[in-house]
Amino acid sequence: MNLFSRRRFLRITAGTLAAAGLGPALLGGPRARAAGLGGALQTIPTFCDICFWKCGAVATVRDGKLWKIEGNPKDPLSQGRLCPRGTGGIGATFDPDRLRRPLLRAKVRGEEQWNVVSWDEALGFTAEKMKKIAAEYGPEAMGMFSHGLGGNFLKHTLKAYGAVNFAAPSFAQCRGPRDVGFRLTFGDDPGSPERTDIAHAKCLVLIGSHLGENMHNTQVQEFAQAVANGCTVIVADPRFSVAASKAKHYLPVKPGTDIALLLAWMHVLVKEKLYDVEYVTKHGYGFEQFAAYLEPFTPEWAYPETGISPDVIRETAREMGRHHPATLVHPGRHSTWYGDDTQRSRAVALLNALLGSWGREGGFYIPSSMELPGYPYPAYPPKGEKGKVDNPGKKYPFAHEAISTGIREATITGAPYPIKGWLTYAVNLMYALPNQAETIKAIEALDLLAVVDVIPSETAGWADVVLPEATYLERHDDLNVELFRDSFIALRQPVVPAPDEQKPNWWIAKELATKLGLERYYPWKDIEEYLGHRLAKGGYSFDELKKNGIILGPKVPRTYEEGVEPTFETPSKKIEFYSTQLQEKGFDPIPKYTPPDPVPRGTFRLLTGRAPTHSFSRTQTNPLLHDVMSENEVWLNAKEAKRLGVKSGDKVRLKNQDGVVSELVKVKATERIRPDCVFMVHGFGHTSKGLKRAYRKGASDSQLQTRYRTDPLMGGTGMSMNFVSVELEPS
Amino acid sequence: MSRLAMVIDTALCVGCSDCVVACKTENNVPEGYCRDWITESVRGEFPTVGLEIRSERCNHCTDAPCVSCCPTGASHVHDFGGVVLVEHDKCIGCKACIAACPYDARFGNPEGYADKCTFCIHRVEKGLLPACVSVCPTHCMHFGDLEDPESEVSKLLHSRPNHTLLPEAGTKPNVYYLTKG
Amino acid sequence: MLELSSNRHNPGIDPALHAWGWEIPVYLFLGGMVAGLLVLGGFHILKGRNDPHAEAYPWAPMLGVVLLSAGMGTLFLDLSHKLYVWRLYLTFQPTSPMSWGAWILLLVYPALLLAALLHPPETVPFGDAVLARAKVWSRWLRMRPRLVQAIGAANLLGGVSLGIYTGILLGSLGARPLWNSAILGPLFLFSGLSTAAAALHLLSMLSKRQVKGQFGDALLGGFFKLLDPKAGGEAMLRADTSFLTIELGIMALWLLGLLTATSVHREAAALLLSGDYAPAFWALVIITGILTPLFIQTAELSGKIRHTAAPAVLVIIGGFALRWILVSAGQTSHW
Repeated sequence: MNLFSRRRFLRITAGTLAAAGLGPALLGGPRARAAGLGGALQTIPTFCDICFWKCGAVATVRDGKLWKIEGNPKDPLSQGRLCPRGTGGIGATFDPDRLRRPLLRAKVRGEEQWNVVSWDEALGFTAEKMKKIAAEYGPEAMGMFSHGLGGNFLKHTLKAYGAVNFAAPSFAQCRGPRDVGFRLTFGDDPGSPERTDIAHAKCLVLIGSHLGENMHNTQVQEFAQAVANGCTVIVADPRFSVAASKAKHYLPVKPGTDIALLLAWMHVLVKEKLYDVEYVTKHGYGFEQFAAYLEPFTPEWAYPETGISPDVIRETAREMGRHHPATLVHPGRHSTWYGDDTQRSRAVALLNALLGSWGREGGFYIPSSMELPGYPYPAYPPKGEKGKVDNPGKKYPFAHEAISTGIREATITGAPYPIKGWLTYAVNLMYALPNQAETIKAIEALDLLAVVDVIPSETAGWADVVLPEATYLERHDDLNVELFRDSFIALRQPVVPAPDEQKPNWWIAKELATKLGLERYYPWKDIEEYLGHRLAKGGYSFDELKKNGIILGPKVPRTYEEGVEPTFETPSKKIEFYSTQLQEKGFDPIPKYTPPDPVPRGTFRLLTGRAPTHSFSRTQTNPLLHDVMSENEVWLNAKEAKRLGVKSGDKVRLKNQDGVVSELVKVKATERIRPDCVFMVHGFGHTSKGLKRAYRKGASDSQLQTRYRTDPLMGGTGMSMNFVSVELEPS
Repeated sequence: MSRLAMVIDTALCVGCSDCVVACKTENNVPEGYCRDWITESVRGEFPTVGLEIRSERCNHCTDAPCVSCCPTGASHVHDFGGVVLVEHDKCIGCKACIAACPYDARFGNPEGYADKCTFCIHRVEKGLLPACVSVCPTHCMHFGDLEDPESEVSKLLHSRPNHTLLPEAGTKPNVYYLTKG
Repeated sequence: MLELSSNRHNPGIDPALHAWGWEIPVYLFLGGMVAGLLVLGGFHILKGRNDPHAEAYPWAPMLGVVLLSAGMGTLFLDLSHKLYVWRLYLTFQPTSPMSWGAWILLLVYPALLLAALLHPPETVPFGDAVLARAKVWSRWLRMRPRLVQAIGAANLLGGVSLGIYTGILLGSLGARPLWNSAILGPLFLFSGLSTAAAALHLLSMLSKRQVKGQFGDALLGGFFKLLDPKAGGEAMLRADTSFLTIELGIMALWLLGLLTATSVHREAAALLLSGDYAPAFWALVIITGILTPLFIQTAELSGKIRHTAAPAVLVIIGGFALRWILVSAGQTSHW
């Protein structure tokens, strides 16, 4: 299986191989044996589940044992190359810490004392509790948190049961503010995978977005392509990120002042008429008010706020203007920082609007997806009067998805009505939601916490019942039919069997439904019948999909230039430079800058981010990925470190403003960060005893994020609000 | 003759470690060990900082001290491409080669023999790229024959500023790093 | 400011090289002492008939065999792929000091055994039959003066080769700047000679006090005779003083070489002179192992103080410390 451009390489080597008289003759020698070669090879296409990007992949099985996994060259997401997490994904199958058998809580919640039980018993327990909750409080009292495609079947079971409260932390703790900010401006969001045409951008602006460290495969591939093509990269980040090292302009912006920077940039673009006048005139709404509003926000005004000199602001704004419309101001993804994140994201959207990049090559393309009907299930029971709990009275008027922390709050308060059961799927709420004490408080108010997961997460540690799922390499899942540059249908299929009693989510969902007496919602025998039915109805060949892993749709226009008709699902049907709907609800119709809280003396603002080798708090025990990164470090400005008398490699604890003290964590004393903040990668410092390999390695940012500021527009939780001091260990 | 070499573009490398993970799976590198790794080199003072990220491994040196010090001939130069390899069945585990490498690119495999990057010779001899090169999401790694002036690696070295690691150690490394400009 | 970070984490390599533990310094120490015994023994054999004490030299080669075996034992213990050790003797790799060493070690054994055969002891605690046969061979050998000369030459040459090789083994590893000097060869040879002389000296001192029984008497009595201050003993003391002086000179040259080379070599020398290893280097190698014994021995030779075992013990401690510190510090030094 040649997964690279064979032609190119053979030109290099064919002659030399022939000249050396070597080649296959050497294979099978002792060296080859040592490299583990030989044996019957089998390749099976599937798609990755180590993050939400869902890259197409091809796994190689040798003598029945999973050997490796590589990108599927037919797949537009991976383009034949996986990221390190994807490549190391096979480690999940032989992770000794993974869950093996269903567990029922033996003692007090959170003590991680279990009785190993049969599936029948575990699902019976869950169903009985759910029936009791439905009887006492109504099925609405059962909530579900999930992440990723794998939650589809369990959601189906819960909907059949009558549940209405479904949330994913990916909204209120992650991309929600961004999506809302863009929706308010363009009437549509940047999507996931993002509709960013980085490959063709001539100027790329990253605001806190650390591409290359956050390893969203296609984006990173395109980022490298753009850099190789000489794209002008502008990075504004308190930390000299990897992306910053590729940038022509690095702006060490003071944390929390991005809106000031954005306003000043827009001021320059408007003042100097560097924006896309034709585009703005044609598609813009409220530009006059917007331009007038920008008047005072000069680079000189922004300088004391942001720490970025007026010259640099002007120069970078002109760079953006020079390359428009192929100037892409990246929307970011994890955007829950300071509580005014929707307005910041809206400012990012407005800057893009000025540059005319939405709908344009090198900006935001218009994605498409394949048409594939869903399975014809019986109708769900009619929804009651109660509505959902997460956003009572539309407190957060622009939330278009459920707010996870809203469900948590309702669980604690019992208002607007009590929530008595949680089912979580592939989501570690203890790490995903800020303020762990509140999460524990909510859990303690529950009659049932059922956790479906692959690993014994901290949340599983608090569960009443733990249902072990097979990894993505051992199961089928629903089809991936995503909005992307190229449309496709992708199949996840098992590569190897699950080693113990782990079961795929579809089986768990179907069996749970049966225990609940809802078997009529599962008219199919097994998932292959379900998938086959869906594909047949759409007119696609299941066999072809099994063989190739992917079916590609036809090429369609992706930009306005290529003929896509510009439409904007906003009230004005235009790009809203001035938002009347915001104004009507009492919010700023054009983003307003509010200075961030000052950093208390002796402390640093805690900033967090990603490492390319780990996903959330889900991969730290994966033997392959743990080997590459086993713990996180706290990044501390080199001069501050010197002042505090610590050096790289020293172990310290971080103590936050509420007295919460972290696990011991190594210092990275570096010139790559501002002196007023520290940075650490999310997902480490595990306290679940089951995660033996990762137990107490590094520090947990989630533990230190006791404070958060809720975005009044959509309920997102800004988490870069926490301040920590560095506590030296007495030696 | 041929001279296999790796040319890595530091202007594109993001240090994601995909090369490291791919090597581990392709070659069944034991847990806790790695044949390649990422080095980050930072110069300057915040905010005027320069960062070079390198994917590093055995340099398959033309003057390989690990080969000349080997008492059994286990450590040897392969007939094809000048690749430096270890014949496991000849290695006694004396560790002289480990101490002889200025790059610390070798390690003692838990099975006892000296271990290191092979340039994935088992793949290369099949016409495939080394695993690390084949997976790199940034396409920053190139592999080929330096004796062939038309090869991609030759052309890149002619057209771009580049450096090797510790040239002053006098080993004539065959892994090159392209720099910006 | 250069800030380097790496995610490599190979055991024995990171954060600092630790390929060799206790086995190699012990081996280098024992090998050096055996080299010294070979040189001293070979020298005595070559002096042959003219040396009135040559007859009193039965056990030095035997001691050499024991120490050499112990050294090779530690060397074997260090190998991590032990089952393949025979591979050493299927080839000769001219560029590899390790290969040279393997063959030298092999050739040194017969030289030592033949030297032992020249002067078999009068009695042994067991194996009288073997001794009787050895005595027959011994007589046969001693009747052939050219053969005796050849054995002497082989011991001397073997000793010099072994002594130099133990230093070159490290000195050839250019990747470790601290070691990277051919002068480590003579340094280790002279250090080996001083420790060998000290060992013989020490045994002679011990033999005066607490030798009991026939076998021990034969063993240590022989040395006592050899090292009697009135006879060969004083010569040994003088020899040791010379060895230590030469060793000190070579050490100075070696460090001077490092200090005048590139910055990495300077940093390597600084490890010993002012860095992490400086306290141990100055205290154990220079003061304990060389300067103090030199001072005491000079005083002894001039009759100012009584003869004691102290300088011999110190020289042996210093010789071991030299190898221990050099192997450890050398692994830390890098480009």
